Amino acid sequence: MIFLTRRATFSASHYYWNEAWPAEKNQQVFGRCANRNGHGHNYTLEVTVAGEPDPVTGFVVDLKWLKDVMEREVLAAYDHKHLNLDAPEFARMIPTTENIAIAAWQRLEPAITSAGGARLNRIRVYETPEIFAEYRGEA
Amino acid sequence: MKASFGRRYMVSASHRLHAAALTAEENRVAYGKCNNEHGHGHNYVVEVLVGGAVAAETGMVVDLPALDKTVRERVLDRFDHANLNLDPLFADRVPTTENLCKEIFALLRDALPAGELEHVRVEETENNFFECSARG
Repeated sequence: MIFLTRRATFSASHYYWNEAWPAEKNQQVFGRCANRNGHGHNYTLEVTVAGEPDPVTGFVVDLKWLKDVMEREVLAAYDHKHLNLDAPEFARMIPTTENIAIAAWQRLEPAITSAGGARLNRIRVYETPEIFAEYRGEA
Repeated sequence: MKASFGRRYMVSASHRLHAAALTAEENRVAYGKCNNEHGHGHNYVVEVLVGGAVAAETGMVVDLPALDKTVRERVLDRFDHANLNLDPLFADRVPTTENLCKEIFALLRDALPAGELEHVRVEETENNFFECSARG
């Protein structure tokens, strides 16, 4: 089994806010991230797929195809966007790094699975070089 | 949903690789430059990966300031700007990065504010790193 990872970057803004809580609790739990005017990051998205190299091409997946899938399914929705306001999934969940990793999985998994080759193995989202979240499809 | 949250910290520390059970010549052969009598230092990067359920109300696996506080108190205050050989944990063990990684894993495993410690990765330089995981 070979694990192949492709990276891409996107720049987006967000804020953390739980509508069920009073403003004071949001500020207490989320600190600076609760600023309703938002703030932004240069995110790095890492997509890892797992599979065997094709006997003819030697590819686990065609990297250009994977790049196109990442751009179509994730970057088109997130790059240079406000995640809370522009991506429908974050109308119902807070766009933390953990939730962005889960949402990116949900956006990518159908396209990768339906191609019939490699399986999606892991999503990593770096919010800064020091902070990241990963999701491996677990319930 | 179960996800993992990762955080990277820096520790600047000195060490000398020297095993008491080996002769001076054997130490030179085993450790080379790292056996230099007066030690040397690194900017270690300590990567901590915490797994757990993403809380619906916060969208988080673990509260970042709480994790930072734990790592600062248990690891950074202990090892940053210190000589690893003088730490009691390395009184009878060579402070290789393998052993440092294991000690950091043990210091954090039961002290996290939430979630389960999945791995500790210590990068000694950009070109070599070590990982300790809950899988053993």
